[in-house]
Order: sequence, then structure tokens, then C-alpha cells
Amino acid sequence: MNATASRSFRTSRFDFGSFLFTGLTGLATALIIGILAVILLNVLINGWSGLSLHFILGGTEKDMFDVRHAGVLPMIVGTAARVILMTIFVIPVGVITAIYLTEYAHSTSPFTRIIRGAVNNLAGVPSIVFGLFGLGFFINFIGQNMDAVLHPQNAAPIWGKPALIWASLTLAVMTLPVVIIATEESLKAIPQGLREASLALGATKLETVIQVVLPQALPGIMTGGILAVSRAAGEVAPILFTGAAYYMADLPKSLTDQFMDLGYHTFILSTQSPNVEKTKPILYATVVVLLLLTFALNIVAILIRARMRKKLRLLA
Amino acid sequence: MSETTSISKRSVGWMGLKRGHRAHPLEWLVEKGIFIVSLSAIVMVFLIFLFVAREALPIFLGTMNSASVQNVIPVADMGKLTPAQLQAYLGLTPKQFADMDDETKKALMEVKVEEAKEASKDRDAAVNTTSWRYMLRPFQWSGYSKPVYIWQPVSEIQKYNIVPLLIGSLKATLVALLFSVPLALGAAIYVSQLTSPRKREFLKPAIELLAGIPSVVLGFFALIVMATVLQNVFGYQSRLNAFVAGIALGLAIIPVVFSIAEDALTSVPRSYTQAALALGSSKWQAAWKIALPAAIPGVFAAVVLGFGRAIGETMIVLMASGNASIVSWNIFDSTRTMTATIAAELAETVFGGQHYRILFMLGVLLFVVTFVSNFMAELVINRLKLKLEGKQ
Repeated sequence: MNATASRSFRTSRFDFGSFLFTGLTGLATALIIGILAVILLNVLINGWSGLSLHFILGGTEKDMFDVRHAGVLPMIVGTAARVILMTIFVIPVGVITAIYLTEYAHSTSPFTRIIRGAVNNLAGVPSIVFGLFGLGFFINFIGQNMDAVLHPQNAAPIWGKPALIWASLTLAVMTLPVVIIATEESLKAIPQGLREASLALGATKLETVIQVVLPQALPGIMTGGILAVSRAAGEVAPILFTGAAYYMADLPKSLTDQFMDLGYHTFILSTQSPNVEKTKPILYATVVVLLLLTFALNIVAILIRARMRKKLRLLA
Repeated sequence: MSETTSISKRSVGWMGLKRGHRAHPLEWLVEKGIFIVSLSAIVMVFLIFLFVAREALPIFLGTMNSASVQNVIPVADMGKLTPAQLQAYLGLTPKQFADMDDETKKALMEVKVEEAKEASKDRDAAVNTTSWRYMLRPFQWSGYSKPVYIWQPVSEIQKYNIVPLLIGSLKATLVALLFSVPLALGAAIYVSQLTSPRKREFLKPAIELLAGIPSVVLGFFALIVMATVLQNVFGYQSRLNAFVAGIALGLAIIPVVFSIAEDALTSVPRSYTQAALALGSSKWQAAWKIALPAAIPGVFAAVVLGFGRAIGETMIVLMASGNASIVSWNIFDSTRTMTATIAAELAETVFGGQHYRILFMLGVLLFVVTFVSNFMAELVINRLKLKLEGKQ
């Protein structure tokens, strides 16, 4: 009925403005999605053939630019290690901050506003500045002071040099806003009635938060964690000076070791290779592995979020 | 009326905690703990500024001197100097200085005089290139016919003029904004105003997926694929330049600009556009003349945030811009940006040296620029939200 009613108002004249405007904006949308598709297809088509069990499980013992023998296992291990370590640091802090912001803080109090402002600002700090911060704070300040206190007799620094733990901590600071914002969103989506029911049954505020609110928010916390991992796994700039190694013979064994990294390896293969044309197969295959890691995680996060929204809509 | 306000005032305790429940002492402790942890974001922003600035402090204070030829003090004048001056002149640490007797100091002063005689007679050698005058203004180095801006940190006389890097960063960012803002804005209008809710459910996450591509992958794509394609299309000289880097940067900031502009457009109350439609305007007129003007502060904020993101992006420009520090506004020239300079050069600098500190100074500059643009964008978005919700 609606359609027929609006049709009767329309003049029969061809509306050129509408056609042009809708066409142009639609074209912009299509172009963005087209570019995304071109990038993904280009990488997948060129890189798929290079993926083999040998490539994924192989090391770089002989020559990292050797197309037939080089593998990416050390980079996968390094990237996984720094990202997992990062989650251990960032999730508790991020979730607690989000709990404070949604459950305890008054939305107009100056504290809340300053915290929100700081979170937004932290999200906008350039990744290379995080790298400088990691070097200036974690390595030069904390690491060197730890060396001075723990191993005063050692000449060679143990903590005061680039290491796995410093890279993870730097990334944890960088991804803090991601976790806070995702958790906050999921906490806000929980119906107020659930909290009120719990309080009415005699539970205290903290009991309500821990036993009623948090379990409901779990998918949101997971999304935040996954998004943080996906963001951090692809970042190279913050770990350039805080832990990534150009080449290492062994896998990292302790927190103070350096590590090889998928993203940094992509950078090395595409800019420092002696013959870019020849090493293209391993470059593309490395990018596929990196994208599988970051992109697939992103899609998983989006799916979890969609399911959670549906469930909460049913609850409300 | 006055009673309700006083209650709402009282229900907010200090630290912004809502009162109204009596907590167990242990719970009280845990809640205070939660508050303290939640300050971490503020602490981190503060620490980032503090520790990046700390490494660059000597540059800001002007206490670094890169001049290889210094004013020579005659040995006879040694007595006229205070111990602190003498220590600084000889370049000693306080401990070394205290351990030395006067004879050694005198010998060191003689060495300084000898050094000055041996040093090159090049007048450039007497210049302290780490002072602001040489970092910002052009200078006629010997052998040049006119004053120039040069970034040349690895040479006999290190030249730290940051103007080429500033121009490089601005150039790449400008290209990125010119490329991405029309696209992202068009898509935001289409997705929020013109398309059906069903398509919207699919299009919005699809565009935001672009944010899931790591910047090093975009840089790789720009370097390996886009650079060649674009060179064939436009036929310019150098394969890697600000144009290629700018387009790739644009791809990185499209999701940022899109989601904020789309958010602002969606938060325009439906009654605005429905009123326009009821008065007989078409859908595009309602979008262009009603929704867009109402959301224009949000669009502005999106562009400002996109600017902050683009100027701070590292890997893309490091890989695709060509990294030649030339002063030129031609976008088809090879370009070196501030971020790429830090990433490429910091690993090779001497810890605590002039070059090292100047790179940290660039980091402080980047931090301040992005801080200000974030702050501005946030202010604008908050005001817009309040206005559209009718609270102002």
C-alpha cells in the first residue's frame, strides 16, 4: 500500500538528480568493496600455490630468501607468542576499565569523561609512537633499571634490550582501547532488568557484576580480545625497536629473547630481498598466512558479535 | 525539583562511583581497585608523552651540540672557568672529572687546542645543526648556491632539517584524504540514507573489513602491485612516490572516515528526513539537503580523525613512498615522511646521540599532532550527539 501511495505522487519525468546522486554514492560503495576484493583475490590467487606443509612448518635455517626451502614457522611462533602474551596483559585491564565505566561510573562525572577521552586518544596515537614509547619506557627505563637492580655485575643487558616481553607490553598498551570499547559495548547491551533482578534478590553490586553481568558479556569480551589480537598480529611499527629480529637461528625460548615476526618478515621480503621477482612466491605465501591470521580472526569477531546482538535482542 | 537534583548529586560519590548501596569492606576494597585499574588509559597517555619527550629533551632544551669545531679556550684561561664549565668543555662525566688531577685536565685542554687546529676549515663544521634554526630554516651550506632544506643525518656534517619530512608527510596525507574522503563519504551517505536496511546489514561490515587488513599488507600491495599499475596508467617517472603511498594510505583510512561519517549520518533523527520526504522531496534531496548538513560536524570530525590516522601511518609510507627526502610539492616525486624516517633510521642510530634524539623529537611532534586532531574530533562529535539528541 505504501509503495502504490508513493508511486502516485511521483511525476513520470525521469529524475536525473536522483539517478546521478544515488549512482555516484552507490559507485563509491561498490568501488571500496571492489578494491577490497581485488586485494584479497590478488593475494589469495598468487599466494595459494606457495602454501605447503613444508612452507608452514619449515624454518629459515638455510636462507630466508630461498624460494624452495624457506619456511615461516619461526615467524608464526614469534607472532603467536607476542600476541598471546599481549592478551594476558591487556584483557584484565581492559575488562576492568570497561566494568568501571559502565557499571560504577556516573556517566557525567569528570573522571568518566577524562577516562573516555584518554581511551579515544590512546586509540589515535600513531603506531610508530608506540614503538618509541616501548623503547623509551619499557627498554630504556624499566629494563635498564631492572638490570641495574637484578644483575648489577653483568655487563651485557638482560632486560634492557629488545625482547618478547617488551614487544607484548607495547602492543598491550596499543590495543587497550580496542578491548575497552568492545567490552563496554557488550556490557551496555545487557538489559538493565537483569541487574535489577539480581540486586532485588539481595545480591550486592559486586556479586551482580561478577555473577550476572560478566557471564552475559563474555561473547563481547571475546570479541574485544579477538579484535585486539587481529589488530596486534598485523602491526609492525610498534615492534620494530622493541623486539622483532631480522633473523634468528632459534625460536624464542624466554621472555627476554627477540623473535621473528610475520609482518616484519613481509616487510623484509618485499623491501630487502636481493631479487624481488624471484622471491615473490614466498612473499605472497607469507602474506596469505598473515592475512589468514588477522583477517580470519576479524571475521570470527564479527560473527560472534552478530550472534550476541541477536541473543540480547531476544532477552530484551 | 531542587530535591531531585540534590539526590542525584549525592548519589555520585567521589571517584565518580555511584553510591546507594552499602558494600562489604572487602567489596569496597575491590571497587576501589577497579577504579584504580580504570585509570590505566589516562596513565598510559601520560606516560607515552612523558617518555617519548624524555628521550628528546636535550633537543627541546637546546643542550645538544653537533658542531665538530667549538670555540677554543686557551689553556692559560683554565683557572677562569668554573668546574662545571670545564667539565662540559672537556666533555667528561662528573665521575671522570672528579677522578682527574689538574695536570690531566690541562693536557686535555691542550689536546682540544690541537684538535681545533687539525679540524677542517669548512665553516659548516662550526654549525650546531641540532638547534631549531637549522632544523626549521633553510641554510646555505658551503658548495650550495642558495639556502636549502636538507635532511641528511648520515654524512660528515649531519643535517637535520625536518622541513622535507614535514612536507613529505603532509603531501602523502593530502593525497590520502583527497582520495579517501569522497569515496568514504559517498559510501556513508549511500549506506546510511539511500539503501535498504537489508543491504545495509551487509555493506557496513564489508567496508569495515578493510580495517582488518594490516597496514604492512597494504604497503606490500602498494609496492608490488599498485605501483606498477599506477605507473602504467599515469606514466610518471619514479615508480614509488607520494601518489602511490597516498592512495594506499587512503585505503587504510577509508574505514575510519566511513564509520564515523556513517555514524553521524545515522544519528540524524529520522523525523528530519521524513519531514523532507513528506514535503515532496526525493530521497536524494533529503539525504543531500537535510541529513548531510545536520551531520556535517560529524563529517568534519571524520576527516580530522582520518588526517590523524594518515599522518601517523608508518609501514605503508615506508614501503611505497620511495623515501627520498626532497623538498617538492609534486605528488609524483619520491617522498620521505616523518614516520618512515623514524622507522628506517632509529635502529641505526647511536643510543642517546643527536640523531636518536631528533627522531624522538619527531615522535613527540607526531604525538602532539594526533593528540590535537583526536581531541578536536572528539569535541565535535560529542557536541553533535548532544545537539541531535536535543539536549542543547
